[in-house]
Amino acid sequence: MTAAIPVTLIGGYLGAGKTTLVNSLLRNAAGRRLAVLVNEFGALPIDADLIEARDDNLISISGGCICCSFGSDLVGALIDIRGRGQKIDHLLIETSGVALPGSIVQSLGLVQGLAIDGVIVLADAETIEERARDRYMGDTVLAQLAVADIIVLNKIDLVSEPSTAATLGWLARIVPGARVLPARNASLPPEVILGRDPRHHTGHMELHDHETTDFATLSLEIDDPRDADRLAGVLADPRLGLLRAKGFVRRLDGVLVTLHVVGRRALVEPAPSWVRGPGRLVCIGLAAEMDRAAIMAAIAGQGSAIGRSPPDERGDG
Amino acid sequence: MTTIFEARKVVTMNPGRPLATHVAVRDGKILGVGHLDELTGWGEYTLDRSFADKVLMPGLVEGHSHVAEGVQWRFVYCGFFDRSDPDGTIWPGVKSIDEVLARLTAANAGLTDPRQPLTGWALDPIYFDNRRMTRADLDRVSSARPIGIMHASGHIMNVNSKALELAGMLRAGVNHPGIPLGADGLPTGEMRGPDAMTPLGPHVGLDRGLLASDEPGLRAFARLCVRKGVTTAADLANLLPQPAVEMMLRVTGEDGFPARIVSLRVARDISPADLIARVLELRKLSSDRLRLGTIKIVVDGSIQGFSARLKPPGYYNGAPNGLWYIAPEQLREIFERALAAGVQVHSHTNGDEATELVLDTLTLALRNNPSPDHRFTLQHCQLANAAQFRRMRALGMCVNLFPNHHFYWGDQHYALTVGPERAERMNACATALANGVPMAIHSDAPVTPLGPLFTAWCAVNRLTSSGRRLGSEERIPVADALRTITLGAAYTLGLDGEVGSIECGKHADFAVLEDDPTEIGGEHLKDVRIWGTVSGGRIFAASAI
Repeated sequence: MTAAIPVTLIGGYLGAGKTTLVNSLLRNAAGRRLAVLVNEFGALPIDADLIEARDDNLISISGGCICCSFGSDLVGALIDIRGRGQKIDHLLIETSGVALPGSIVQSLGLVQGLAIDGVIVLADAETIEERARDRYMGDTVLAQLAVADIIVLNKIDLVSEPSTAATLGWLARIVPGARVLPARNASLPPEVILGRDPRHHTGHMELHDHETTDFATLSLEIDDPRDADRLAGVLADPRLGLLRAKGFVRRLDGVLVTLHVVGRRALVEPAPSWVRGPGRLVCIGLAAEMDRAAIMAAIAGQGSAIGRSPPDERGDG
Repeated sequence: MTTIFEARKVVTMNPGRPLATHVAVRDGKILGVGHLDELTGWGEYTLDRSFADKVLMPGLVEGHSHVAEGVQWRFVYCGFFDRSDPDGTIWPGVKSIDEVLARLTAANAGLTDPRQPLTGWALDPIYFDNRRMTRADLDRVSSARPIGIMHASGHIMNVNSKALELAGMLRAGVNHPGIPLGADGLPTGEMRGPDAMTPLGPHVGLDRGLLASDEPGLRAFARLCVRKGVTTAADLANLLPQPAVEMMLRVTGEDGFPARIVSLRVARDISPADLIARVLELRKLSSDRLRLGTIKIVVDGSIQGFSARLKPPGYYNGAPNGLWYIAPEQLREIFERALAAGVQVHSHTNGDEATELVLDTLTLALRNNPSPDHRFTLQHCQLANAAQFRRMRALGMCVNLFPNHHFYWGDQHYALTVGPERAERMNACATALANGVPMAIHSDAPVTPLGPLFTAWCAVNRLTSSGRRLGSEERIPVADALRTITLGAAYTLGLDGEVGSIECGKHADFAVLEDDPTEIGGEHLKDVRIWGTVSGGRIFAASAI
């Protein structure tokens, strides 16, 4: 059986920057074969210079990526995409501005061969609080934010710093535990949204140059067996300030498992058969927030000792 | 060549000349209506006395249906109520799960190819004391052949084990709110909602797209129209891809095609600018019997599916509020562009919050695009209150209400979805008319059976299937109901100058009735016997269609 295709949902209200993010990911795919499913009242919103060919409802994009729209029938479109037999490294679903990502995650489970990687919800820093109070759309906007593994607070360049800080505080109150990533122009390194390029299983990760935010990475080897489920839960704790963690650890019963954390989402599953050697983990977080000491402590089996200590390892970004 | 039809009575719907005995027709158009001696002045004529013992009404207008009704009949009917198919066969309602299974077993025996799926439709377990069907039930019909039964709502499907197996879903660990699991941890075979149903569809004979545009389905639908006295029917949500349009133009253009079809382009898969451009292009393709060039927007879901958007206090049983299917900004853009281009928009709103959003949005859009006579229409609009009807009037909107819901789901609305008070005001026909809102009433076929006289009966009586009268004050008189299923519906489709009444210059479109709906009494309106129709002067007997 081939490995399941990881799926990232990109949600958020109209105008939050979903399409910008999708285009930026396509532009920086760097060899990843991305398939993008778009549900909008519109023509496929892919930047013209990225398009290689158009065939009816499907756009071919340089680098082996494709994009199509799914109208009202997501499950049908997913079945179609699986049926194309094309090699896909990662599937992105850009939801409609009023869609609830939570129900889409549930529907993904109905299509075999797909595995949810994470739910990214974008919020427009200028308007998100007002949207959340809108008499018609408020509950929809809040429901979108509530299921985000990572919230991208976009367009912070259009508001003042105190205003951004206030919005961050508000998000922390209404979505406790959410990871919030401030951004400008929805510009984020693909590694943060998609994880590391699957073709590079080892080695240090280079984070792409990036205009708003500094990211830090932490690569660790873990020799001895661990309670993997507990470790995954601890790594998802918001106080560690991790955006993503991925790697392999040996369980207490000796079995090697994949450990996968995206924001608040943590998953442990059997490792692919090709994985050998010692356990290892790569963590990505905001340089200003990632609590390296707490992560080390958590991995050393002291998950309860989470505290704040100043970050001391800066990423390349 | 002029034909003068003689009738027992002609009910014209023209207040200036409400009743007559003769109608003169030439080239598919009405020359005049009155007594014979008022019509002979048009010159040489043939007197056709075949309707001398019948009652003629304007051809009935179904303002909200789906041509898919014609497709459903190739599947096994599993509904609770008697229903007639396009051939005129009355399928008795099935009254228990055992009866459903017996009917399916009989159909199964008629299939020779063991891989061919067995497909049923119109199941409604609420009438079986809510005992749910399971895959074990359907496995008794066949465990080798995939079986799928669509519910009456169109939102739930039951399948057997074979169908689940083919879809890769006969396994543990399925985790979806629309897929209940049995004690064994496997799906029970009930699939709720489109996402749960889609993976099963191809395996049980319900391919995607099948229910959209289909030539045999269109022909069957038109035959059903003749049986129900309908000469104009709206096909309310079609993607109208060019090949489908060409097929529909060809089929409706055939000499023997008995109805006018108004097919609306649903706002989906296309940007607002492209939508308007496409609809303007479609408008030019319109023919006498296929009318194109209007838009349908779906704003929210359904009340019985708890996906309609309700204003506070929300659902009676505490269910969370429903779903938006379009954002206000998108709605606004479509409205603005449509008003600017002179394109009519029909908006599906079931819940009162969705209705309010449309009212608010149109208020803003009209400020930028003042448009007398835009006739934007709210479709279903089931929970609208009096204040909302007043706003519709002020904005120049029409409404197309859904009184059939009272009969089929009224008891549920009373007990579960919206509670007694709002169940009694649902589909407030009397309030709409009192406030001067141009009104139609509809079946949403195949959701409920096509049949404007039945729909009129629902609006006149407001009885649920258990016999409860829901909202006496919202009943409307027979005369209003009959005008609503003719001129009223024609107005919402922008066709009231052409059809909807029997008067000089209009199309010779008639419903030919054995009984007089103005005399039979409101409680018997649904029992009016229908002989057939006349469409553009061509005679179609239900018995020969």
